[in-house]
Amino acid sequence: MLEVQDLKMHFYMGHEGIIAGKKKYIYAVDGISFTLAKGETLGLVGESGCGKSTVVRAVSQLYKPTAGKVLLEGKDLTKMSRTEMFTARREMQLVFQDPYSSLDPRLTTAEIIAEPIQIYRKRGFLKMSDAEIDKQVEHLMELVGLSKFFKNRFPHEFSGGQRQRIGIARALALKPHLILADEPVSALDVSIQAQVLNLFKDIQKEMGLSYLFIAHDLAVIKYISDRIAVMYLGKIVETGDYKDLYANPLHPYTKALLSAVPIPDPDVERKRKRIILKGDVPSPDVQRPGCCFYDRCPDHKDCCRQSQPAFVQPKGASAGHKVACFLFTE
Amino acid sequence: MTDEVILQVKDLRTYFYLDAGVVKAVDGVSFDLHKGETLGIVGESGSGKSVTNLSIINLIQTPPGKITGGEIVFRGEDILKMSDKRLREIRGDRIAMIFQDPMSSLNPYLKISTQMIESIQLHQGLNKKDAKAKAVEMLKLAGIPGAEKRIDSYPHQFSGGMRQRVMIAMGLSCNPDILIADEPTSALDVTIQAQIIELMQDLTRRLGTAVIMITHSLGVVAGMCDTINVMYAGRIVEHGATNDIFYDTKHPYTQGLIKSVPRLDRDTDERLFSIEGQPPNVIDLPDCCPFYPRCHKVMDICRQKYPPLVPFNNGHCVSCWLYAQENADSLNPEDNKK
Repeated sequence: MLEVQDLKMHFYMGHEGIIAGKKKYIYAVDGISFTLAKGETLGLVGESGCGKSTVVRAVSQLYKPTAGKVLLEGKDLTKMSRTEMFTARREMQLVFQDPYSSLDPRLTTAEIIAEPIQIYRKRGFLKMSDAEIDKQVEHLMELVGLSKFFKNRFPHEFSGGQRQRIGIARALALKPHLILADEPVSALDVSIQAQVLNLFKDIQKEMGLSYLFIAHDLAVIKYISDRIAVMYLGKIVETGDYKDLYANPLHPYTKALLSAVPIPDPDVERKRKRIILKGDVPSPDVQRPGCCFYDRCPDHKDCCRQSQPAFVQPKGASAGHKVACFLFTE
Repeated sequence: MTDEVILQVKDLRTYFYLDAGVVKAVDGVSFDLHKGETLGIVGESGSGKSVTNLSIINLIQTPPGKITGGEIVFRGEDILKMSDKRLREIRGDRIAMIFQDPMSSLNPYLKISTQMIESIQLHQGLNKKDAKAKAVEMLKLAGIPGAEKRIDSYPHQFSGGMRQRVMIAMGLSCNPDILIADEPTSALDVTIQAQIIELMQDLTRRLGTAVIMITHSLGVVAGMCDTINVMYAGRIVEHGATNDIFYDTKHPYTQGLIKSVPRLDRDTDERLFSIEGQPPNVIDLPDCCPFYPRCHKVMDICRQKYPPLVPFNNGHCVSCWLYAQENADSLNPEDNKK
């Protein structure tokens, strides 16, 4: 369905020095590759600043990637013309984090949900009458659990959870096959978060969608994903089936990340041993010769500083469980 | 944790008078805080967690807000009846606060040293040199590397986690009796959150500080709190020791809340439990159980009257008609409501 090969996204940050200084870049995403099968959910986790959101934007071509390929159903999005891109975008829709700023406050719910359809109809990609669009909007609202009587209300009249449902309905309007969801539940309260997560699962079952799902909450990612990729400083450090990755984390960063998540169970929580990482995530403004996790890693070796570890499947690990760490290479 | 009660909140009511109506943000909240206790307050946005804590140090903006009733007894004195001068002596000295966003609670124009020394000099009567030494010592305790140099930095020169460490150092620098932490880790990443929680636990235990921890994360309270208040729509619906809240959960809302959190330590492909419906609109709430539209055990009486607080063992109490009826003989709901 979706294949990303060696994707790089560097942001130009101006010159160093006045005349002919060195160019400065932020290496937000620095060579990541993954695949996403039909009907599958790939969860992308990592801390803030690791490049998760940039991946979504680079995949959807909202940013022009610096290098690499993004293949959607075999076609490379990075080389497409505007019109080709227009057709490709139908297949691939986004759901954003903040349900307050991602909905136009001056449009009614029905107008928001119908907007993608209207745009495609205006350019002649879709043939639908007004009545059909109206019916489709009602159907979508029902699908995401909103009463169709709310059609003429404005976003400010809804709560956060309901707004996120509107955002999901809008993403589904063009019947895409791939949804890129950028932290869609992190702005919601616990009880509402559960509703929206269930909604994502239900829609996936009903419409056979693939998700690229981003979150910083590892428990949420575990619940929604089939496969998980852990990102650190613009690189994927470990991928695997959701069960393998949580039961048998390999990379020191994944281990620390998992041990840092508080579990809502006092007995479990009191007995747990935490791996507390030292320091903060470094700034992505230099390309490091060695492993990106070197300076915070509790098990680092000399070779980690000099060269980058290969992304390999270690002996004894389950199929598809790969890690980039010198502890697992010879 | 000892039996000595240092803070008693009795029937606190904080209302906000808006054009759209009256928001009863906190409506009859009562609890005790013991010396050295860590109390967690959990609830969803708008449940009145933060307003409760702002009321404790009398920081409600008036208008539109107003503390319309209740008492807050701190070491025998009612905070709500104190003079401004006495209040200023207590705020920051005996009761300190840490807020969610450290960037917006530190002054961006002033060096960390200026901000820390100010409060230490004010409350402890030290001269500038000693105050600075004390500030450096606190920053070291809070795990800031190179504290002697870093104290002369500005807030923007620190990362989010480091800024929160500065806030903790500042909050604890006068060795307060109570530290109120309002979502201190929600803006931070998990690995940094783990660092900050460990630091808070370590320091408050060493200094014997009581902590009121406001959070929406059940995981955080499970790990660090002795007792928990669960709030919904401005009232405490369940209160008890952490184990009672998690393993002997009584209120349908608390039950739902615990079940609806995805768990890292469980492998289930089952659907996540979710509480149906939306949080209540807090403007002009009717005087009945605010949770009844979302409750799966709703009864007729829930729609008519607010449930009384029903006590169980070990200080565990629940405000729900399910248990009030079982105890109907021994308890008169009308009496309890007052």
